[in-house]
Amino acid sequence: MTALRPDLKARSRTGPGRTAELRLTGPVAGVWLAALAVTGLGWIVVAARGGDFLTVTNVVTILQNCVALGLVAVGQSAVILTGSLDLSVAYLISLGTLVAAETMESGSVPVAILAVLALCAAVGLANGLIVTGLKVNAFIATLGTAFILRGWIEDNYTGPAGRVPASFQHLGYDRIGPVPVSLFLLLAVAAILWLVTRRSRLGHHMYATGGDEHAARLSGVRTRRTVITAHVLCSLCVGAAALFLAARLGAGAPWAGTEARYDLESIAAVVLGGTALAGGRGGVSGTLGGVLVLAVLDSVFNQLAVDPFFKNVVRGVVIIAAVALYARGRRTEQERTA
Amino acid sequence: MLTMHGVSKSFLGVCVLQGVGLDLEAGEVHALVGENGAGKSTLMKILAGEHLPDEGTLTIDGTAYSFSHPAQAQAAGIGIIHQEFALLPHRTVAENVFLGREPTRYGLVDRRAMERRTAELLAEMDETGITPRTPVHELSVARRQTVEIVKALASDVRILVMDEPTAALADHEAEQLASLVRRLAARGLGILYVSHRLREVFDLSQRITVLKDGRHIATLNTRDTDADTVVRAMVGRELGAYYPPRARPGEAGAERLTVISGGNARISGIDLTLRAGEVVGVAGLQGSGRTSLARALFGVAPFTTGTMTVDGKPLRPSRPRDAVRAGIALVTEDRKAEGLALRQSVTDNALLVTRAVPARGRPPAGREVTALLERVRLRAHGEDQQVQYLSGGNQQKVVIAKWLAARPRVLLFDEPTRGVDVGAKAAIHTLVRELAREGLAVLIISSELPELIGMSDRILVMSEGRLAGELPAGASEESVMRVATGGNRAREGAA
Amino acid sequence: MTSAQAPAGRRVLSALTTGTPVYILLAALLAALALTDPGFYEPDRFLSFIKRAAPLVILAAGQYLVIVCGEFDLSVGAIVTAGVVVAAELYGSFPGAPWLLVTVILLLAGALAGLVSGLITTLLRVPSFITTLGMMLILEGAVFFWTGGSPHGALPAAFRRLGRGTAFGWLPWAVLVCVVAGLLAVRLMRSDFGRTLLATGDSERAASLAGVRVARARTIAFILSGAAAALAAVLVGGFSGVSAQAGRGYEFEAITAVVLGGVVLGGGRGSVVAAMAGAFSLQALFTLLNLQGVSGALESTVQGVIVIAAVALGAADWSRLRRRGTEPSGAKSS
Repeated sequence: MTALRPDLKARSRTGPGRTAELRLTGPVAGVWLAALAVTGLGWIVVAARGGDFLTVTNVVTILQNCVALGLVAVGQSAVILTGSLDLSVAYLISLGTLVAAETMESGSVPVAILAVLALCAAVGLANGLIVTGLKVNAFIATLGTAFILRGWIEDNYTGPAGRVPASFQHLGYDRIGPVPVSLFLLLAVAAILWLVTRRSRLGHHMYATGGDEHAARLSGVRTRRTVITAHVLCSLCVGAAALFLAARLGAGAPWAGTEARYDLESIAAVVLGGTALAGGRGGVSGTLGGVLVLAVLDSVFNQLAVDPFFKNVVRGVVIIAAVALYARGRRTEQERTA
Repeated sequence: MLTMHGVSKSFLGVCVLQGVGLDLEAGEVHALVGENGAGKSTLMKILAGEHLPDEGTLTIDGTAYSFSHPAQAQAAGIGIIHQEFALLPHRTVAENVFLGREPTRYGLVDRRAMERRTAELLAEMDETGITPRTPVHELSVARRQTVEIVKALASDVRILVMDEPTAALADHEAEQLASLVRRLAARGLGILYVSHRLREVFDLSQRITVLKDGRHIATLNTRDTDADTVVRAMVGRELGAYYPPRARPGEAGAERLTVISGGNARISGIDLTLRAGEVVGVAGLQGSGRTSLARALFGVAPFTTGTMTVDGKPLRPSRPRDAVRAGIALVTEDRKAEGLALRQSVTDNALLVTRAVPARGRPPAGREVTALLERVRLRAHGEDQQVQYLSGGNQQKVVIAKWLAARPRVLLFDEPTRGVDVGAKAAIHTLVRELAREGLAVLIISSELPELIGMSDRILVMSEGRLAGELPAGASEESVMRVATGGNRAREGAA
Repeated sequence: MTSAQAPAGRRVLSALTTGTPVYILLAALLAALALTDPGFYEPDRFLSFIKRAAPLVILAAGQYLVIVCGEFDLSVGAIVTAGVVVAAELYGSFPGAPWLLVTVILLLAGALAGLVSGLITTLLRVPSFITTLGMMLILEGAVFFWTGGSPHGALPAAFRRLGRGTAFGWLPWAVLVCVVAGLLAVRLMRSDFGRTLLATGDSERAASLAGVRVARARTIAFILSGAAAALAAVLVGGFSGVSAQAGRGYEFEAITAVVLGGVVLGGGRGSVVAAMAGAFSLQALFTLLNLQGVSGALESTVQGVIVIAAVALGAADWSRLRRRGTEPSGAKSS
């Protein structure tokens, strides 16, 4: 075994392998380009109607509108990457805002934050345990949790409850210069999740578990623990979204998460960002792109005063078309390497 | 170094291992052989931590272990190279190699260290075609095999278990692997080598352990034994299979299927005629294009050039359904994934083709189904039994029944008796000959040369995507291999 | 074959045993109903129970077809809503339209929505979860866009008769529709097409190599699910008239019912009878909770617990069998 140390650099230039992370045709780059294109298109269309799309206020509004969905979708990416799914996020948001607002009314802000995060962690843990321990399909398991939460909410609350003190509402309304504070919350959470998924052992194990659970297990990965942790991470992100929405609304609302359909919207944003629904491929950065595309579309329609219901139609078309494109990309890739 | 003693395991009351013992020394290559279903894979899964044994002990260097998760087996120094690789296609080589034990720095994965160490290990193995950052799906099967080995070596393994490591490799690749195995053993690793290929086993191992029906039959010193003894121990009877008599001269009738200069991305220049009443064998090494030929005839990966006729009528099957409508049937190599709907009943599987393709006639009903299943000599608890609970042999009979229901004209078999026990094998051979007698044209692809030679009225040999030659009935194994390897010494032996 | 035949009896038995837990659950719930409310089994009350269950049963049968071949249909709730609203709009424009014609138009429109979902899923290989989610957004958006946000108009009595009227003065039409749809579904699953649909869900590859037109079979399943949803819309419109919320949540209730019936997400296993029994169980559960005075809100909590428990029980049995070395298909439901 006295082989020469091969010249790695020379080979990585000529060999078949390249880092696949930043190819322009990859989904991540694709969705950011799409966001850019939608923005450009929106600008042209709005300008043609005599409007001005790229004003500071409008851009700020777009970014602000990204926050809640962004937080949920980033968390959703973690579970979907791991090969699972979370349909309970919408009701968890509602419950989170209620718990936050009520605790803030009677107690202090830090206690409320802790209470919301603890509640969310517990729900995530329950989801993870049901999926891994009881071997219930994630779709059904989290749908079940969603029903349970919904019953709890509807039994205890009929309308808005609690009150968020002005000190905490800063999170929802304050700006540093033109940039809303809440955007930093989103960026911070996304950065943490990016670091976890891309750079930590847990993240490597999440990709492995989502890609091929059996192979991951054979390689010594504790797949159950990984799935459970992913669910807890997701629910914590949902907790952050709930806190933000509570700050925005000034109170807890039973419809805070369900009216905007954060469950399905977050999944849509994740797949729009190029993460495979089956798990193992994709990532947080793509998801943020997906969220941005949805937010920009929304804004364009608002500027054009398009019927709000028509927006749904376009959203549906955009989501299907995007996933169809990814499916096609993957097929040609398979044909190339087969 | 490693000792297993009195290991037993049963699933749902079916005993698959019974008091099996095995020991492995440092620096030794210990071969584990046995027919399909002998219990080799269960024994390996126990070593790997996938299954807990019901009884028995496992000690490594005097310490007793009981693994309930693969991670524990790894920690104890056991590395397993699975036949179906445990690699993630969309992750890089380095990520795969260190999966489950990524090195960290400040709490984050230290990619640079991971890639550096992977490059070192690859270099140690003289592997120059792989970089640590290559996504695994871009690699050939042989290179994935290397990655698997590097993955095992990356943790400090002392015991390496290799399951059929050459199954998917070409000749020269298998030779490279063999020299690697020797070097690893010379380093002091204990290697448990599971293989069907006796030539390899004799080439590499110091000792051979034979399993049969979940029991330990013998552990032999390789130097003091020969292939016949090992085969007898595996099969439990004198070898010398009995094949049904071949077609008499003149029994081959009208042309059923012809191909003239057919070709596609994998095969080329195929000229082929199958006649009613004859059984034609196709020999060739792994990767020589045998399966591609069957898939082209059946429209899975169609011919892109040339012409094809069935019963004199031109046919260009572009999907399996076209071939089925014309009366072609394909019994695939991978029975579980491609031949059966495992959770459906025997009847539902047997009727699948006729239900899906009305052109092949009305689906049989009631007593006709029973007759059909008797015809293939199926042994099941009932027609409602799910096929997943049948033995390999009986599953294969259901696949054959599925096609017979559609009254085919041409039957293509890809590895007709893989994973089939001896009794069912004979039944299938007899049935195939009966069908030929009734006027079907039969094509058999098989890696088992004795079977191929025993069954075929003539043998086509494939090499590098072409038909390299044709040999008459009863040709010797040597002559077949000579054509298959282009005159080189044969590697693929009887197993 | 060594065994004797007992076709009919055996077939019934095996059909029943595949979903045993749901029949036990249903029997327990019906018994509990009898204990809580002795009058429950008076003919007209029992018939009205079935009448209320009918839309969910029909949706479950349709959803079963899609799930058993390995897909999802999340758009059925939106199709119900759209169906009710479209009917009202049609009557708004053509007040004298015969009810049968409107019903047929709805069924065709539902089938068309299913056809589109099916084609996108099979030809473009978009996971059906996404396709039908998109279809749901599109339909809801389109309907409200068309009606300007608040559906108005009323459904004439002739159209609503199927949902709330009775035949022969005692038999609700909805019950009759439900029975007929159920029988058709059973008949379909016994047919050659039904069996190939099951085989497709079990192993797409094996089915396609046996000559099954896999894409076509799946697309037909989506079409039938869409038509079933439109039929449910006719009944729902009959009961409760025009509402923007008519079908909300039905997609998840239908999937819940199917899964309660022991049908496995991912395909290839379970019977349509068990799926419909799952729908009856769900309806019986709601009725029981009502009678017990449990607040309507907690209904969904109980529903959640029961669904998880039922599936966990089923999963426990399967995982023991699975260890037998016949590896699971590895199919990830998506």
